[in-house]
Amino acid sequence: MFQIVRKQEMARGTIIRFDINAPKIAKKAKAGQFVIIRVNETGERIPLTVADKDEFAGIITIIFQVVGKTTALMRSLNSGDMIKDVVGPLGKPAEIEKIGTVVMIGGGTGVAILHHVAKAFKEAGNYVIGIIGAQNKELLILENEMKNICDELVITTDDGSYGQQGFVTDPLKKYLEERYDIKLAYAIGPIIMMKFVCKLTKQYKVKTMVSLNPIMIDGTGMCGGCRVKVKGETRFCCVDGPDFDGDDVDFDELMNRNQLYLKEEKDSLLFSIR
Amino acid sequence: MLDHDVKYLKFKTYLNTYCPNCHNSFNVEKKDEKSIDFKAIYKGNEIDLRLSPYLDVFEVESSETIDKGDSVDDLLCPKCSKSLINKEVKCGECGSEVGEVLISAASRLIPFFICTRYGCEWHGLTKADERRIKLKIPRQDMPEQDQKLRVHNYQEVPYGYTTELALLEAGRCLQCKNPQCVEGCPVNIDIPAFIALIADEKFDDAAKKIKERNVLPAICGRVCPQESQCESRCILGYKDKPVAIGRLERFVADYERKMELVKVPVITRDTRKKVAVIGSGPAGLTVASDMRQHGYAVTVYEALHETGGVLTYGIPEFRLPKSIVQFEINYLKEMGCRVEMNHVIGNILTIDELLEHFDAVFIGVGAGLPTFMGVEGESLGNVFSSNEYLTRMNLMKAYKFPEYDTPMPKANKVVVIGGGNVAMDSARTALRTGADVTIVYRRSRHELPAREEEVHHAEEEGIKFRLLTNPVRYIGTDNNKVKAVECIRMELGEPDNSGRRRPVPIKDSNFVIECDMAIVAIGTGPNPILFSTTPDLKRNKWGYIEVDPTTNETSKKFVYAGGDIVTGSATVIEAMGAGRIAANAMHEKLSGKAKPKKKKEPRKKVKVN
Repeated sequence: MFQIVRKQEMARGTIIRFDINAPKIAKKAKAGQFVIIRVNETGERIPLTVADKDEFAGIITIIFQVVGKTTALMRSLNSGDMIKDVVGPLGKPAEIEKIGTVVMIGGGTGVAILHHVAKAFKEAGNYVIGIIGAQNKELLILENEMKNICDELVITTDDGSYGQQGFVTDPLKKYLEERYDIKLAYAIGPIIMMKFVCKLTKQYKVKTMVSLNPIMIDGTGMCGGCRVKVKGETRFCCVDGPDFDGDDVDFDELMNRNQLYLKEEKDSLLFSIR
Repeated sequence: MLDHDVKYLKFKTYLNTYCPNCHNSFNVEKKDEKSIDFKAIYKGNEIDLRLSPYLDVFEVESSETIDKGDSVDDLLCPKCSKSLINKEVKCGECGSEVGEVLISAASRLIPFFICTRYGCEWHGLTKADERRIKLKIPRQDMPEQDQKLRVHNYQEVPYGYTTELALLEAGRCLQCKNPQCVEGCPVNIDIPAFIALIADEKFDDAAKKIKERNVLPAICGRVCPQESQCESRCILGYKDKPVAIGRLERFVADYERKMELVKVPVITRDTRKKVAVIGSGPAGLTVASDMRQHGYAVTVYEALHETGGVLTYGIPEFRLPKSIVQFEINYLKEMGCRVEMNHVIGNILTIDELLEHFDAVFIGVGAGLPTFMGVEGESLGNVFSSNEYLTRMNLMKAYKFPEYDTPMPKANKVVVIGGGNVAMDSARTALRTGADVTIVYRRSRHELPAREEEVHHAEEEGIKFRLLTNPVRYIGTDNNKVKAVECIRMELGEPDNSGRRRPVPIKDSNFVIECDMAIVAIGTGPNPILFSTTPDLKRNKWGYIEVDPTTNETSKKFVYAGGDIVTGSATVIEAMGAGRIAANAMHEKLSGKAKPKKKKEPRKKVKVN
């Protein structure tokens, strides 16, 4: 059993932040790694990326968007409540090294994961440019945290209610044209966003890493449900990833696979409401 | 009438019996009923007697009864009315007079004596004659759930032996002086000894006898491929069918558990040393139990949220009820083993970190990484690895969706690719969701690697087999779900390294099987998580850990390994055998008793077709 020590609601309650007491995981978790959570005995296993950790307090932070039954159930939990299982850290950590200038692109809830990776890059001594986007002002998360980490930060919203109007690719294109010293781009967010970021960076020959979020069950390489095609080869996201070189990833296939259970998800949610 | 007391049932077989004088048969067959009838004189009256078809004691046909302990005055043949009493022979137990009949067994007529005293079971057979009669007892089948009924539920298919059936089956064992079956067993259970205990109705002792060598009899009795291990060596098997060793093993284990006779041993020894076991599957559980009994503090680490490894996530409920697995694990816990769930070793702790706290480490993580064929369309929706399908259904209990949150993959037509036990498990699970299931296997029926019993059950339940067929690609619908599998016909060519004939595709024989779900069950490989943080573990070309076969120690000192992670996908009992070797070697090394290495013949590997 793992206790939730703090709960914070963001973006009008659609995005939730949990601080969970898990000392062993906090000790080991690195940026880019994830945990698998099973809320209760009848729950499903869902993967959530570690958004932050406090090694000394033994706390890991997860940030998730309420999309389905399990996340809805998690929203109903409060600080002090228990989560049945937290397994981790899983997946390969992001490769962090001092390379110069990196540009971190995040969209939606992806900013939560990006924040942890950006922090690691900053701590390694890189010049970090941040570009974060959201649909509108209210759905933008972790703005202050990102401001503290990044040397430069650009915010975009789809409807222009805050920051620049447009998608994250617009300021990215500007940076890629102006700055020749960008060594690496890190894009985390909706699959469609990552796809277009990769398309853009490829033109400028900037290596781009993406963090994928496929359907997963066990998260330990056992089921193969999280398989993605990378460079034409079948790879398992939970053991070979979740971070891959964006140029090699078949995003369309991933998008198709992620939509497989939308109907069941709805049924499950309806069942629990009843 | 006599109440049919079980303990008199010695042979339980229908043999032909003849009168020694007129050589007419005593056997009577009326509709379904078979009996051996003759006459007797009791208190001056002629009465009809019946020797039950099982050649146990006689029963009285007529309305009259015989008092307990009384003898009849004479036994008569119903055909020639001559007395059957043989004056030269007296009952070996009570000294009463005996009647003689002839029994035809193993193409010989054997004299069989019937004691005139009611209830006496003496029969005057020599050991050799007894054996000849035993050869006539057919192998007993387990009662099973009806095939039409069972495809609609997830309950266990065979119910297991009743006491009567177990006694009968145990009676078949010849008690060989040089038992081959023991050699066929990877953990060398003293099979004749435990069967003799069953025949003596000492079921509890029989269970203890098995547990001396095998800690998980209830599981092994259900899932071991006995037909290629112990039962393949049974002498009876040369002429008839072998003794059903596995079913007997299951019977005693179930008996012990249901009668609550399981006693947890109190461990008094304490070596003050600690052992870590990675993986709570069959190999890990054997090591944990053995080492705990040697007096070590044992901690078992499990990556998933449930213990049992493949026994929990892989083998379905209808083949191995999960309550049995949990019972065995509780037994370990009560013995004092610590079990830590949700620990993915390699990530949360590395082997080097474990070695700082523990004196030795055993790796029994299994081979859990599913393999795919790499053909076109494998990432379409509703194409599953067998691991994913079974994990969803068994571990996550998707068959109880929406009570459990993991959605159940549902389809009308399912194609399962592969011919092993996992393929049978996937197919039979899919059948229970209401689907029409076809198994596609590239070799012929003779080469199916699954247990005979599983194939038989699958066929019985109505699963179709497409043998000598191999998929070449999956065809998808517009919304990227599978709608058909394109296959090619195969023929068997020259034998390959494994001795099996290599399947070769027949040109231009492609055809399409329509389906809305495909399950790929073509085997598994080693999981890379553990090795990514322990690069100094020596591995072979397939990625499995290399060990010293006599001790199961790896290239890393005080680190042992066994089970699928060493051999590749194999059986539960082989994993347990490997665990046993490792535990013994570990104990020797840690207690300082390790002898200088002497040349020992490596354990003979049981060949599984």
